[in-house]
Amino acid sequence: MSGTPSKGDYSERTVLRNVQTDVEAVQSRVADSLAHFKYEGTEQFAIRLALEEGLTNAFRHGNKNDPAKSVRFLCRISAHEAYFEIEDEGPGFDPETVPDPTSDENIEIPSGRGIMLIRAYMSEVEYLKPGNRLRMLYRRP
Amino acid sequence: MGSVASRLNVRVQNGVTRIEFVDRNILDETNIAQIGEEIGRIIDSQVNPKLLICFKGVEHLSSAALGTLITVNNRVRGKDGQMRLSDIDPQIYEVFKITKLNKIFQIHDTAEKALASFS
Repeated sequence: MSGTPSKGDYSERTVLRNVQTDVEAVQSRVADSLAHFKYEGTEQFAIRLALEEGLTNAFRHGNKNDPAKSVRFLCRISAHEAYFEIEDEGPGFDPETVPDPTSDENIEIPSGRGIMLIRAYMSEVEYLKPGNRLRMLYRRP
Repeated sequence: MGSVASRLNVRVQNGVTRIEFVDRNILDETNIAQIGEEIGRIIDSQVNPKLLICFKGVEHLSSAALGTLITVNNRVRGKDGQMRLSDIDPQIYEVFKITKLNKIFQIHDTAEKALASFS
């Protein structure tokens, strides 16, 4: 899914422990990098949303908000694409079992839209078995 | 023990409670929970709540925020109230379209149009 990093790309590999401060810090660094590579506003919006959903899901659903557990984050950003990996310490899940939040019976249920938004905004999305590691790629048009 | 600062600007206009957000980004789950509680108190204080939630200045919004809006909408309807949304940035409106929530919320371009739609 990801291209080999080349000179000038932005990359980082971080362990996140706090859903508030660490996620915000990651978002800030990614935003700086996207701006550096002149990603459009709509592209930055898409990536920020997908990252927010992926990281929040990892802390909330993967780690069950256990402060003893962390989330491993990796990204590689170039002028052409932005690649991310998010891995939590949970047991994983089967993304195919998540109900369709847009169906009539689920539309008024408050949860379950994060994965749908990630899929809508990213070019490629993959959950590696057992489902606690998300890989996603945004490829610029 | 200090009080927690409100994340909403609230004013009542012609019997309609108009709510705006202090934050440009409605992403953080703790903040979203607080927003839900604050709006919940407004709903509890009214017999048939009429809420206009104005998104002017909001740049980002997560699925957790959408969930809170659904909960708020359900509570308003449970009290035979009315709820409208307005001034949603085109990029955020796209999120409503992707999740098909534009079909369950009454969304208007401007707060003025939304205010005029209350019965």
